[in-house]
Amino acid sequence: MCANCGCGGDKTTMLDLQTGETTTIVTHQHEGSAEHGHAHDHDHGAHEGGGHHHHHHASHGQPGNDHFHSHHADRHSGVSVVDVQTRILAKNDATAARNRAWCMGREILALNFVSSPGGGKTTLLERTIRDLAGEMSLYVIEGDQATANDGERIRSAGASVVQVNTGTGCHLDAEMVARALSALKPAPGAVLFIENVGNLVCPALFDLGERAKVVIFSVTEGEDKPLKYPYMFRAATIVILNKIDLLPHLEFSLARAIANVRQVNSEAIILQTSSRTGEGTADWYDWLRAQLAAARQSAFT
Amino acid sequence: MHELSIACSIVELVAETAKGRKVHRVTIEIGSLSGVVPDSIAFWFPEAARGTEVAEASLEIREITALARCDACGAEFQTPSMLTVCPCGSFRFRWLKGEELNLKSIELEEVL
Repeated sequence: MCANCGCGGDKTTMLDLQTGETTTIVTHQHEGSAEHGHAHDHDHGAHEGGGHHHHHHASHGQPGNDHFHSHHADRHSGVSVVDVQTRILAKNDATAARNRAWCMGREILALNFVSSPGGGKTTLLERTIRDLAGEMSLYVIEGDQATANDGERIRSAGASVVQVNTGTGCHLDAEMVARALSALKPAPGAVLFIENVGNLVCPALFDLGERAKVVIFSVTEGEDKPLKYPYMFRAATIVILNKIDLLPHLEFSLARAIANVRQVNSEAIILQTSSRTGEGTADWYDWLRAQLAAARQSAFT
Repeated sequence: MHELSIACSIVELVAETAKGRKVHRVTIEIGSLSGVVPDSIAFWFPEAARGTEVAEASLEIREITALARCDACGAEFQTPSMLTVCPCGSFRFRWLKGEELNLKSIELEEVL
């Protein structure tokens, strides 16, 4: 089933733009094949009263009833209850923790870039690579559903890049990043930009092992974007208001946009940039330098 | 769309625990600020489970209402949406509950 699922399953491919090699990434492997599952079904239908499963929403509308400790198993009917008590995304989180440790041990600054499609992530990265390539070593993992177009742009700008195509998937997950890291092998002390699939919804839930989430919020979007997509803006360490060279042509209130960011995230750093004119990029580069210095200090703290 | 991949994660975790035993019921908890829509999980769960040993299982979803404590005034207040602010007007607060996305328990066929 997961071949068709939102995480991409076996439709996710990875292209190393340095070697031209394409590999398929399988992030989900179900134990227990379909054939075996069905062989046993008919034996147990009787005590389920017809065998058709239905979906309970037992505690809808009972907000106060949050703690459940009483798992009384129907022991007489041969049923046992296993208390699992784990985060549903535990596997992703564990892989993300491994990615984070891998990067920290090498003093690599990993940043997860997110925005709507067309927010300007790739263009800001191109500019950053051209401006800072002589100062720091820069690597990119590019996430898109399809095409290596962005990967080619990043490579032309001068950084080593691995393109991950998620197929039907709407976000990168930690396993994809782990696979891309092992192909990309960023050098110790480098900056790794992970450009997520353009989407302000799903990437908020999936930790990749980054040090910080960078949300790009272009001024061609509505000022209320932070209110419409609060989960992503809440998760951001830094919000970059991008394409500010277009402000004279737009009815976009910077003050209102900033107030909206503040409403969902009182602590985020807010910068303003134009990748086209370079305005404000000095602040962005200063932030990057400070983060890189911090990443170099933090390996064992 | 991410609810389908989360439903896949639930099925994967359950199948690992079940180790081939038949699964009767799966209980999960979803906080109101987890970013996941319970009805959507209920919709995708059977699709994710189809063809696995979890296919016959029913899904019980326990929803948890978000609760926050204000950094400014110390009050605890319910936060039904991400945009709720403290009654005192402060935007600075910590969530105590509401971000849960957990697999709680699984009812399995006993192996005798």
